[in-house]
Amino acid sequence: MSFHTLTVAGLADGLASGQFTSRELTQYFLDRIAQHDPALNSYITVTAEQALDAADAADQRRAAGEAGALTGVPMAHKDIFCTQGVRTTCGSKMLGNFVAPYSATVVRQLAEAGVVMLGKTNMDEFAMGSSNETSYFGPVKNPWGVDAGLVPGGSSGGSVAAVAGGLAPFATGTDTGGSIRQPAALTNLTGLKPTYGRCSRYGMIAFASSLDQAGPITRTAEDAAIVLQAMAGFDPADSTSVNVSVPDYRAGLDAPLAGRKLGLPKEFLAEGLDDGARAALESALDVYRQQGAEIVEVSLPNMHLSVPTYYVVAPAEASSNLARYDGVRYGHRAEGVESLESLYKRSRGEGFGREVQRRIMVGTYVLSAGYYDAYYLKAQQVRQLIADDFARAFEEVDAIIGPTTQGPAFALGEKTDDPVAMYLNDIYTIAANLAGLPALSMPAGLVDGKPVGVQLIGKAFDETGILSLAHQFQSLTDHHVARPEGF
Amino acid sequence: MEWEVVIGLEVHVQLQTQSKIFSGAATAYGADPNTQACAVDLGLPGVLPVLNEEAVRMAVKFGLAVGAEIAPRCVFARKHYFYPDLPKGYQISQYELPIVAGGTMDIEVDGQTKTIGITRAHLEEDAGKSMHEGFGTGSGIDLNRAGTPLIEIVSEPDIRSAAEAVAYLKKLHSLVRYLEICDGNMQEGSFRCDANVSIRRKGTEKFGTRTETKNLNSFRFVEKAINYEIERQIDVIESGGEIVQETRLFNTQSGETRAMRSKEEANDYRYFPDPDLLPVVTTESDILGIRTTMPELPDAKRARFVEQYDLSDYDAGVLTSSRELADYYEKVVEYTGTTSAKLSANWVMGDLAASLNAENLDIADSRVDAKTLAGLVNRIADDTISGKIAKDVFIAMWNGEGDADAIIDAKGLKQITDPDALGKILDEVIAGNPTQLEQYRSGKDKLFGYFVGQAMKATKGKANPAEVNRLLKEKLQG
Repeated sequence: MSFHTLTVAGLADGLASGQFTSRELTQYFLDRIAQHDPALNSYITVTAEQALDAADAADQRRAAGEAGALTGVPMAHKDIFCTQGVRTTCGSKMLGNFVAPYSATVVRQLAEAGVVMLGKTNMDEFAMGSSNETSYFGPVKNPWGVDAGLVPGGSSGGSVAAVAGGLAPFATGTDTGGSIRQPAALTNLTGLKPTYGRCSRYGMIAFASSLDQAGPITRTAEDAAIVLQAMAGFDPADSTSVNVSVPDYRAGLDAPLAGRKLGLPKEFLAEGLDDGARAALESALDVYRQQGAEIVEVSLPNMHLSVPTYYVVAPAEASSNLARYDGVRYGHRAEGVESLESLYKRSRGEGFGREVQRRIMVGTYVLSAGYYDAYYLKAQQVRQLIADDFARAFEEVDAIIGPTTQGPAFALGEKTDDPVAMYLNDIYTIAANLAGLPALSMPAGLVDGKPVGVQLIGKAFDETGILSLAHQFQSLTDHHVARPEGF
Repeated sequence: MEWEVVIGLEVHVQLQTQSKIFSGAATAYGADPNTQACAVDLGLPGVLPVLNEEAVRMAVKFGLAVGAEIAPRCVFARKHYFYPDLPKGYQISQYELPIVAGGTMDIEVDGQTKTIGITRAHLEEDAGKSMHEGFGTGSGIDLNRAGTPLIEIVSEPDIRSAAEAVAYLKKLHSLVRYLEICDGNMQEGSFRCDANVSIRRKGTEKFGTRTETKNLNSFRFVEKAINYEIERQIDVIESGGEIVQETRLFNTQSGETRAMRSKEEANDYRYFPDPDLLPVVTTESDILGIRTTMPELPDAKRARFVEQYDLSDYDAGVLTSSRELADYYEKVVEYTGTTSAKLSANWVMGDLAASLNAENLDIADSRVDAKTLAGLVNRIADDTISGKIAKDVFIAMWNGEGDADAIIDAKGLKQITDPDALGKILDEVIAGNPTQLEQYRSGKDKLFGYFVGQAMKATKGKANPAEVNRLLKEKLQG
């Protein structure tokens, strides 16, 4: 049986009805990892033995009548989530041998829902990248173009490659400026970044604390609803998580499309959008219109400021968050240092890759005395303007629709020498992080055989709204069913 | 040349919460290294701070006690610098929006009252400790202290001498103990001070360049360091030099300060609001709630002592200098009654204080408790023993020989007041000194004292002095 073509919902049903066991599923996915991952490099760590033990335990719980929604469903965690007893590298040499003595809240919650972890997925170092090329553990290949050397996007590149390649039924990701949505778009998956504060950040290694948010990477919106159900919730260990009750996401998926208003920001259609991606978006708009939804033009006038704003705020917070990696208590420590200063300089110089170093330097600069007001403070003010733009738009519409990226996946190395071109990858996704809003990317078709996505942005804590929009779209189309050749 | 000294103090006060300011780890002092540091204190990847609300309440208490404004909204900020005992590479502190701003405290120096402004007090976490001895070429790091809650109290540059600085610190030290927000243990670093010192020519407005002497952990060191710094700065300027803005360290052995780092080498702390913590909102009703938990403060207690116990302002000031001493005194009076309040005050400030000083004990560790001391005061008040005998009884009490009554009984120290018994003894004294009697009766009045002395000698000091005087006068007149 081709378990890897089933959705999370399908696997959960099959487990529930006894068609197969978690042990069979887990072994199946471990076999696929062994077979395909040498080409994809989507995992940094595979925890085969622990996975099989967990699968047996899940089967026993099911036999005892104690199964939950996800009991026995295999999955993978982005290697940014701390997992007790299993190393957590964050894609960096700095944490190449770091084993946390605790699990992230999101990891714990999913474990409580019954999942079986297959391993930890590859990612851009400290989640800084849009192509998964900054990982210390090597780049990840996009299953949609292994031979062509297509990037899977980033920073959750390993997670999307694993799910798209059928090496995990679903995976977790994190999204600071598009790190779930952009790679999901480039690999024909559904990727959801929840509202800031919806999922706990405890145990999720910080990149930019005011922007980071965990979310599910799945093939369908229904799967995203199922997984989010387990991930979401207030956590007293994260002061920025919000104490808002978690609705039944799956129950809200069938809300009718007729009468719903979708805002199309005119700024999203400006130059830079690839013709194929534009056509995919237009065809998605048609589907919604046909179902009785109304498409309204809206404006996000400060949209053009989101990339520069992000590239002040995110590096500033990153430069601070990464100060703890000093070689003193854990992580990489340079050999043969002669002074405290050389311990710091060499451990950090050796332990961090180029992109991370670049962002630490930018962040340090914008927080420096004399520059703080001009950069960081100004960026925070612009951030508020961007949030205000959304608030105004949401007075008129239920959700915002637009492209996820400017176009489909590019080739490895194509943008590595041009950081600004790389940063522009996130031009459509960053604004939702700056405003803290929920946003998802869903498969919208292929351009020259390469997937592109459409993005839906919702009101704060209205994950149900955008999930239902995506679910209905997926009920009417089959873009999300398309699979890469050979997987 | 006449110089004016300008001093501002930054005092770090460790708050005596059960757990740390951003984690659940314990704050107790003296545990084995790194046994009281959890994942949050160690700055492990992915961990997040959660604010200890008790620390906020303590800071608000302090703010209210110095008549300051409590910020309706205050913000934690990250202060960045690299040091091995600072696990995250930044300290969580407060910068632009501290919790307490704009208070005052009155101090007294040479009988003069002076008001010192308190610019602000902010909440922050303490760092760990580096140990440079006993680790070969390396250093040891103990992170037990990392994350211990502090308030940093910053004074205005209103202080004009080392004596004023010490008076301010002592008052502050007493206040935080009154408020039960700090154990005040200076040796363990619970209360420590940085002194900003500059000098300017008398009559000028502009401040001189200041130096900051760090981590002074006793009143004596503060006084010495400031006086050293004043002399040094005067020497430098009068010999044509310039003061360099710098951080200095005080050497407790030599009593000198030496430069640690200059302004040019100073860190750029790159403060920015901590995105892991929400702003702290303190409402009027929060403040009202905290107000109801405030104890009586030193100045109010002092005024009440003057009023209620009829003490001098000075005595009341001494007795209220610490909450423990004031409590001890009031307990004594509880057992003696207010009619003996003054007598009780004399004993607390006199023999008891002397004995405590001699053994360097705190009032809490006194070998004579309040009830026992009251027992002694009561025996003086009811004429059972004289004040002079009482001193011996006190020493016996101090040495653990029992309470006043037991000692008086065991040693037979009860005062003789019965006129018949005393009369007999006096008759014998007079009969035994016929020559002196004759001289007295022929006008040598001064010999009265001699007879008193003889009577005391005969009774081993137990005779009631007033009664001896009265009876002797009668008998000597014949």
